[in-house]
Amino acid sequence: MIPEIGHYALILALCVAFVQGTVPVYGAAVGNPRLMALAIPAARSQFFLVLIAFGCLAYAFFMNDFSVLYVAATSNSQLPLHYRLAAIWGAHEGSLLLWTFILTMWMFAVTVFSSHLPAAMRARILGVMGLVSVGFLLFMLSVSNPFERLIPAAVEGRDLNPLLQDPGMVLHPPMLYMGYVGFSVAFAFALAALLGGNLDAAWARWSRPWTTVAWCFLTIGIALGSGWAYYELGWGGWWFWDPVENASFMPWLAGTALVHSLAVTDKRGGFKVWTVLLAIMTFSLSLLGTFLVRSGVLTSVHAFATDPKRGLFILSFLAVVIGGSLALYAWRAPRVGLGGGFAPVSRESFLLANNVMLIAATGAVLLGTLYPLFLDALDLGKISVGPPYFDSVFVPLITPVLFLMGIGPLAQWKKAEVPALAKRVRWAAGVSVATALILPLVLGEWTPLLSLGFLLASWIVSTAIVSVREQLAHMTGGGLIGRLGRLPRSYWGMLLAHGGIAIFVIGVTMVKGFETEQDVRMNVGDTAVVGGYVFRFDGVQNVKGPNYTAVRGTFHVSRAGRDLTVLYPEKRRYLAQNQVMTEAAIDSGLVRDLYVSLGEPLEDGAWSVRLYHKPFVNWIWGGCLVMAVGGVLAVSDRRYRPAWRREPQMVPAGAQLVGR
Amino acid sequence: MTPRQKRFAAIGLGLVTLGAATALVLNAFQSNLVFFFTPTQVANGEVPKGRSFRIGGMVEEGSLRREADGLTVHFVVTDTVQRVPVTYKGILPDLFKEGKGAVAQGQLGADGTFIASEVLAKHDENYMPPEAAEALAKAKASGAQSSKTVIVQPQ
Repeated sequence: MIPEIGHYALILALCVAFVQGTVPVYGAAVGNPRLMALAIPAARSQFFLVLIAFGCLAYAFFMNDFSVLYVAATSNSQLPLHYRLAAIWGAHEGSLLLWTFILTMWMFAVTVFSSHLPAAMRARILGVMGLVSVGFLLFMLSVSNPFERLIPAAVEGRDLNPLLQDPGMVLHPPMLYMGYVGFSVAFAFALAALLGGNLDAAWARWSRPWTTVAWCFLTIGIALGSGWAYYELGWGGWWFWDPVENASFMPWLAGTALVHSLAVTDKRGGFKVWTVLLAIMTFSLSLLGTFLVRSGVLTSVHAFATDPKRGLFILSFLAVVIGGSLALYAWRAPRVGLGGGFAPVSRESFLLANNVMLIAATGAVLLGTLYPLFLDALDLGKISVGPPYFDSVFVPLITPVLFLMGIGPLAQWKKAEVPALAKRVRWAAGVSVATALILPLVLGEWTPLLSLGFLLASWIVSTAIVSVREQLAHMTGGGLIGRLGRLPRSYWGMLLAHGGIAIFVIGVTMVKGFETEQDVRMNVGDTAVVGGYVFRFDGVQNVKGPNYTAVRGTFHVSRAGRDLTVLYPEKRRYLAQNQVMTEAAIDSGLVRDLYVSLGEPLEDGAWSVRLYHKPFVNWIWGGCLVMAVGGVLAVSDRRYRPAWRREPQMVPAGAQLVGR
Repeated sequence: MTPRQKRFAAIGLGLVTLGAATALVLNAFQSNLVFFFTPTQVANGEVPKGRSFRIGGMVEEGSLRREADGLTVHFVVTDTVQRVPVTYKGILPDLFKEGKGAVAQGQLGADGTFIASEVLAKHDENYMPPEAAEALAKAKASGAQSSKTVIVQPQ
């Protein structure tokens, strides 16, 4: 009964979505306020309907209702409750429901925070989101219904893939989808502007916070996925340039470009058409990512059933969304206008260069991801494009972006002078070059890549310091702390996000440059030295988990005769699918991770063992977290608060200087 | 700068970036594409010399042998028609098993042994790496074809 209610709620949601996607948009076109006003109740009721459906599926998982095919395929009565609930998005059908649910959540948020928008604009935004929702609901109801019954019911479920039985599973997919789907708001704003034909600085100011929030979620989602792969796959890597990872990284790159392009549209009214195109691109890449990952085209832990009907639906949906929005773009963009002019050396031009490079990088990743699929589809042979390709293409393309990141915020809008700019950054440049030359030597090894990494990281940090100093010099009155506090939050947010990149770069540089990996055979009592740490193997014992049995190894780690920690890596056998999983043991620290995972049992109680020493690896994810915090800080800036909630006191004296 | 010059500058910048990106991509593609071959293709000498490639197929039952160091392993990958001996030093993925599909990346040694630098993990018990599945299917298809030609020949 409950699953049928869920199914019925989805059907109703489809009807509502259809109304929401057509009537308000028509109302906006003919200027009928009553039709336009329909958007809000439609969006809200759609949200509640999908919420009901989601709740019904959750209930089926909670009750172990194996008469629902999807539950029987992805859950098991032995599975702990939190993983049973996370199993809702453990496979294709449920993850689509999660996608749709999050889409309606964003819609609901738009209805709540859009009272300051013109009615026609709001109607169009919600209308576009409604149409996207129609696509997803149709897809679910026609070829991938999560409520499909299994008659007769299964006695026991097939269980969630053991790889997915991890806290990462609870957080990573919802965060990632919040990011993907969040870009649908930016997309809807862009299409609404095209439909309405008016795109001004106010439009950019309205859509900026939405874009930034989505970007923050995506950043966190990608970082979680990377961290999860690091400790769960047992290979010690944090990024594999796997097509699935690329699928989430491409919208991030395009979204990053969009965030910066929106800044220009907001502050200077420039880049209008380009911003709209970027918004379309970003959301299209999000859709492409979702479908690449979920369609089974790519073979990975993320890919499930391969049903040709689904593939066809997905391709047609992508064609309609991308083709339709680009056609609208081609038709209406000329009316939007180009925006203000700027000199070849100015903050605008630096941001434009940053955008071009980011998109070039996106293109290179897209090519490397799709090329093998094309060759395969055309039956021209099977190839794989591995990390060496991406490393050798991505680093040169992204290096100029990081360089511009330092200089862009210092340059004046509209027109900057090269000599003056060079003078302002001379000590930052000096410090960076010195760091790049000396620091690797201090650490014991000098390679061009190490040097480049340190150069870029210290360049970003030192130029940020120059920027803060200059801001303070322009302000009068108040102590140092007071003056720092008067700098607007969007400015701090920018610095923090850029600082996150610097932290990330340091992490990557240190891991790539100084990690030690060793596969060794260890008898009980043997020791092995990795990165100056002594690992002693004290044998294994059998342990029992809720739905698995495991062999647990004991490793004593010491350094220079001093005991540091004991690590317990496991080799688990999950009972439902009789599948073996390696569970690495990691001692995490600010400046290094120690990582042990069990290989295979050899004769006489010996094991093959994988030992890693990973310096600064946590800085990689820490950097992502700092970026996201920067984004949140920027969004909390008073300039984005709707007028009716803004405090009567207007912009403080210092803020105007920053906006230079 | 006039708007016209500005537009040219912007287009120029775009073209330069595009050109640089294309050059990088082509260069990287040239040296980093990894092609896939079946054991039959390896036996026919179709594989590139001194270059990394992938092979896939079934790990032959009873072929897995481990050296005394516990890390170096030897096994045979087969598509049921041809066999390729493989040597790998390192820890095998969890789901590596005799009689199951596997994909290995590496180079062909002078003695015809495939020196693997990487053995790819599968993600669940029943899943066959698509390359491995294809190698088996191809071998089967060519087997079927040759028997068909026998039937066709009398015509």
